[in-house]
Amino acid sequence: MSLSRTDRQLAALLLGCALLAATIVLLILLFLVKESWPMLQHVPLIRFVTDASWHPVDGLYQLTPMLSATLYSTLGAVLLAAPLGIASALFSRYYAPPFLAGCYRRLIELLAGIPSVVYGFWGLITLAPLIGRLHPPGVSLLTGILVLTLMILPTVALTADAALAAVPVAYLRGAAALGLSRWGLISGVALPAARSGIIAGTLLAAGRAIGETMAVLMVAGNVVQQPQSLFDPVRTLTANIALEMAYATGEHRAALFVSGLALMVMVLVLVGTAELLSRKRHYG
Amino acid sequence: MKKLGIVVTLIVLIGAVWGFLRTKSDDTKIEKLVLTGSSTIAPLAAEIGKRFESLHSNVQVDVQTGGSSRGVSDARAGLADIGMASRALKDDEKDLLKFTVALDGISVILNKANPVVALNKQQIIDIYTGKIINWKEVGGNDAPITVVSKAEGRSTLELFLHYFGLKNTDVKPQVIIGDNQQGIKTVVGNPDAIGYVSVGTAEYEASQGAAIKLLPLEGIAASVENVRNRSFPLSRPLNLVTRVEPAGIAKDFVEFARSPQVNDLIEAQYFVPVPH
Repeated sequence: MSLSRTDRQLAALLLGCALLAATIVLLILLFLVKESWPMLQHVPLIRFVTDASWHPVDGLYQLTPMLSATLYSTLGAVLLAAPLGIASALFSRYYAPPFLAGCYRRLIELLAGIPSVVYGFWGLITLAPLIGRLHPPGVSLLTGILVLTLMILPTVALTADAALAAVPVAYLRGAAALGLSRWGLISGVALPAARSGIIAGTLLAAGRAIGETMAVLMVAGNVVQQPQSLFDPVRTLTANIALEMAYATGEHRAALFVSGLALMVMVLVLVGTAELLSRKRHYG
Repeated sequence: MKKLGIVVTLIVLIGAVWGFLRTKSDDTKIEKLVLTGSSTIAPLAAEIGKRFESLHSNVQVDVQTGGSSRGVSDARAGLADIGMASRALKDDEKDLLKFTVALDGISVILNKANPVVALNKQQIIDIYTGKIINWKEVGGNDAPITVVSKAEGRSTLELFLHYFGLKNTDVKPQVIIGDNQQGIKTVVGNPDAIGYVSVGTAEYEASQGAAIKLLPLEGIAASVENVRNRSFPLSRPLNLVTRVEPAGIAKDFVEFARSPQVNDLIEAQYFVPVPH
């Protein structure tokens, strides 16, 4: 079918917009590589995992404590937020009366709209002293995980809710006709049918947790070390860049771009996985 | 639909051309003065800039932060007309000209609930290097010390390390912070924390009821007054730096920033004007 003139113009315009967005992402990647290249040429990659510590001003570039801090905090937040989010989606979809479910959904959307720096401020003023009473200094991996959990909970809840809403009504009616209980319907029909959507949403939330900067910077303590317990302060890759970028010059600055590159690779892997999983839904 | 598309495109085009022409014509009329560097000086420079603009209608002062090191390198590379550095110039920076506009001191702060009233230099060094880890070792409560330090590259950290003769690799902090406010919030929220922030900020926050106290150093109270008379040992100059002798509006600006006309602005930022 040939396109009309308006359609052709519109297609060209949309192609332009899409190309622009794609080009910007590629340019950012290129820029990161370009800025870290001078450093990567004379500092072998292995030094980013074998150096004694992260003291870039003294030429020490150990990145692994921050890589693991990013991984631990993201993993912890996802482990807490996923069950909570999925449970809240199940509640609002299958158990709550429609009016309550509507209110509840608005509230969760509101939670998603709170700026991350507000979460961070609340964490620093309220949560950190509370945890500090339990085990000083209060700003710690645990505080970071809790604040991140709050931040990504709405993402998990809303995407799980949308995935559950997309389960064909025929499935549910069929299950009801077979006389399944409410929980039987959920665990036997709704959850398996919405599975890939829920997983993709959770990975999306994990991406948000990895990328979160300000909130974590304020509550995680920012000491570069391998945490021995949940109460140890840690520094994530994003917090590292935000803390030091404004004051970094020369090699120090290039080292921060290397950590930015590492972060970008982590996010790419995550987004790729999410994409693969959601593709399975369409063609599987 | 087609017509609507054309109309929208036209409006966007006209807007773009108009905006372009406007900036073009502005550029020819207005002289721009670019300052970059220390985030300690930036808010002050922005205030001074506003007053300067009100006196010189054809000047636009553009202040950007990025740290003292950026201020120095931008001034040297000519990317900025004037660099801002909240420290004395290092030996390899002596090719630049410096103009001190104000002074700032660094104070060691504790939570108000902490019974410790003074620490000597060696005790502070031992606390920051992890040799003293409990307050009872310096006459306080039986509680572990939470050491708060600053992120690498900050001039406050550099000055602190320099004064105590420490290397950052020796410091064993429990919390690392970015700016002064975050440091004060951290010490307020943790009765066993020790940190260091700018005297002006700390004195102001304490007067506003923040639960912190400023420790004296070498027997001299950490106060704006003692920074002004240069008796407080842990203090730093806030400098404007240029590559060559400033001329034109840059010269006017530097002279204006060092004149008594801006003393109220300097004091409003809790810095200390240089005696004229």
